[in-house]
Amino acid sequence: MRVAEAITISAPAEQVWAVVSDPECVLEFMSGVTRWEVASPNPTGLGARYRVLFRIGSAEIGGLVEVVEWAPGCDLAWTSVTGLDQRGRWRLRETGRGGTRVEVRLAYGVAGAGLTGWIAERVAKPAVSGHLRRSLRQLKRIVEYEQLREQAATHRRS
Amino acid sequence: MASSRLSETARSNGHQADHASAQRDGSRPVALAGRALREVSQQLARRIPRADLDERDPDYIRERLPLLWLFASLWYRGEVRGLGNIPDSGPVLLVGNHSGGNMLPDTLVFTLAFSTYFGVERPFYQLAHNLVLTMPGLAWLRKFGTVAASQDNARKALRSEAALLVYPGGDYEVHRPIWERNRVDFNGRRGFLRLAIEEDVPIVPVVAIGGQETALFLSRGERLAHLLALDRIFRLKVLPISLALPWGVNVGDMLGHIPLPAKITIETLPPIYLRERFGPEPDLGAVYDHLMDVMQHTLDGLASERRLPLIG
Repeated sequence: MRVAEAITISAPAEQVWAVVSDPECVLEFMSGVTRWEVASPNPTGLGARYRVLFRIGSAEIGGLVEVVEWAPGCDLAWTSVTGLDQRGRWRLRETGRGGTRVEVRLAYGVAGAGLTGWIAERVAKPAVSGHLRRSLRQLKRIVEYEQLREQAATHRRS
Repeated sequence: MASSRLSETARSNGHQADHASAQRDGSRPVALAGRALREVSQQLARRIPRADLDERDPDYIRERLPLLWLFASLWYRGEVRGLGNIPDSGPVLLVGNHSGGNMLPDTLVFTLAFSTYFGVERPFYQLAHNLVLTMPGLAWLRKFGTVAASQDNARKALRSEAALLVYPGGDYEVHRPIWERNRVDFNGRRGFLRLAIEEDVPIVPVVAIGGQETALFLSRGERLAHLLALDRIFRLKVLPISLALPWGVNVGDMLGHIPLPAKITIETLPPIYLRERFGPEPDLGAVYDHLMDVMQHTLDGLASERRLPLIG
């Protein structure tokens, strides 16, 4: 099952990137995440691994994921190593008016689970989409607030 | 060949002796019934599969997780708290209170939660009554890591560094009447504590509520079980009587029942390191009392959160 949500944030892409690529920020803006631990020597970058759990229905679902694409300011993609099969991507594109369109994509499932897997993926979809939507709204709040705070600080200094 | 002849002779001598004694005391039917019971009991004992930990199949479990998730999320609205209290690795004895008759709703919810939280790669076994593993059609339980309840099997699992789930109350607790639904009752069984001390593994209490609302459990039927000699043949101390779907009056619960969709809430408590807390030679009575206190206190808390039966 593939879900995708998008939002436009009034801030440059590098500011959004600074938040989405920092594993220490994930618990602040990702809805439904109960665990996000660094599980590799390098906390960020290509090959970084995280132990991730989301609460969906009755279970905390996730597993070990690895970053497979790392293009600063543009794309961050991960795929699962153990646990639920998943592929995800943060896709940041500047709109040209000082803003950034942020899209988060997640494809998930359990290979070999057959009909029950097919049903479970669809039953879980509203919850997964809801978590992604709330995460984007929270990301927007954090980034735009941070930008306002920086602008105010610059204004005070000048 | 010689040994088989010897055993045949011994058996026939035994039969003659039984026969003679039956005639002597004039209770032939009773003696015959006794022999039949022994025979059935031995047959069943032979059918109990030896614990082969390798029968647990992580891929099989993984492919069944969506089904468990659907049941746990939609039917039982399961909620499992405190899984972070379970040590991340190494052997651990998970001690739960048991509810819900033979349908084991709390086991389903907990197995799903444990397997998704730690991953199916972490070895996880559950002890079950011998009869469960001898029943036709339930062989798949072994793929989930269910092994026959015995000290040997438990020891084997813990020595393989696995997490082991035990329900000391077993059939006695799982069929308690509904008015005792919020009571932890191990019937004084302490074997699991001896095991934890000998193997020096932490105990993690797992307290569940809601399972005993999945049917109207009326009586354990202990006298009935004794009268029918079920305790001697099947190691069954109870023959429960309940009102359950689709049977109406359900005696024995041997064929299971359709569980009512009661909300299941499970709380996993911090681990108890027995030697650290109770000294190098822990007193079983003191440990048992402490565990009962902790679990009952948690169950009381969970019960106070419930506003309505079934709905939670």
